Amino acid sequence: MTPLEPGSELAMLRVTPDRAVTERYASASGDANPIHLDEAFAKSVGLPGRILHGLYTMALVARAQTDAAGGPEKLKRLDVTFRGVGLPEHEITITSTVTERHGERLIVTATAKQQDKAIIRNAVAELESG
Amino acid sequence: MPPAHYLVSREAVREYAIAVGESNPLYLDLDAARSAGHEDLVAPPMFAAVYAGPAFAAAMRDPELDIDLTMLVHGGQEFEWGPLVVAGDQITTAIRLAEVSERLGMRFYVWHSSSQNQRDEEVSRGSWTVIVRPRE
Repeated sequence: MTPLEPGSELAMLRVTPDRAVTERYASASGDANPIHLDEAFAKSVGLPGRILHGLYTMALVARAQTDAAGGPEKLKRLDVTFRGVGLPEHEITITSTVTERHGERLIVTATAKQQDKAIIRNAVAELESG
Repeated sequence: MPPAHYLVSREAVREYAIAVGESNPLYLDLDAARSAGHEDLVAPPMFAAVYAGPAFAAAMRDPELDIDLTMLVHGGQEFEWGPLVVAGDQITTAIRLAEVSERLGMRFYVWHSSSQNQRDEEVSRGSWTVIVRPRE
């Protein structure tokens, strides 16, 4: 693996969540809010349709970090702001750039985009590089 | 709010890993996890959302806050991680409301959580931000 240094891009992660992803995530997480599961209900509260769980999208950002850094124990912190709603059946791309190094600790800024819109912007991750 | 308890099962770790599209064998294959030196299947870091989720769900449903859950949007999330969580761990999560503010007719709530394993090690800390939109 190429060493990660400020300016390095982590491998891009591309995922197209299928139509059942919100059901699987609801079951796995216990978050069965109908905005994620019921198209008509989601529309009735002003959403474009069933939306992805924000924590699902955050898990994709986390995966991009742990895959690039070499395992789950390398991810020490992740801070995200949800900017828009994610939708099933549209590709999500996660891009991540190392911005700083403090000893063995790398600071990474990441973005999750879908249909050219950031659904997570300026996510900050801290990775153990040792 | 009393702390919430969560016992991590292999089934829950696998189901979660599959739901978020993970393929790392540490999360899915017991032999792989053990040969890598872990006691049991490893939970992906974001599994923190699962073991701390019940504490957060209870906090949001605090009758005193009277939050309309159908108008709620997850605004932001932060986790800091300590030692890895593996299947078999017993996690205890304490949560408290840290901040309430109002902007543009929307109400912002921030909770802080701390989760410990059965050895009293802090496995993660969370900051959970939700936005409650006004009903039109």
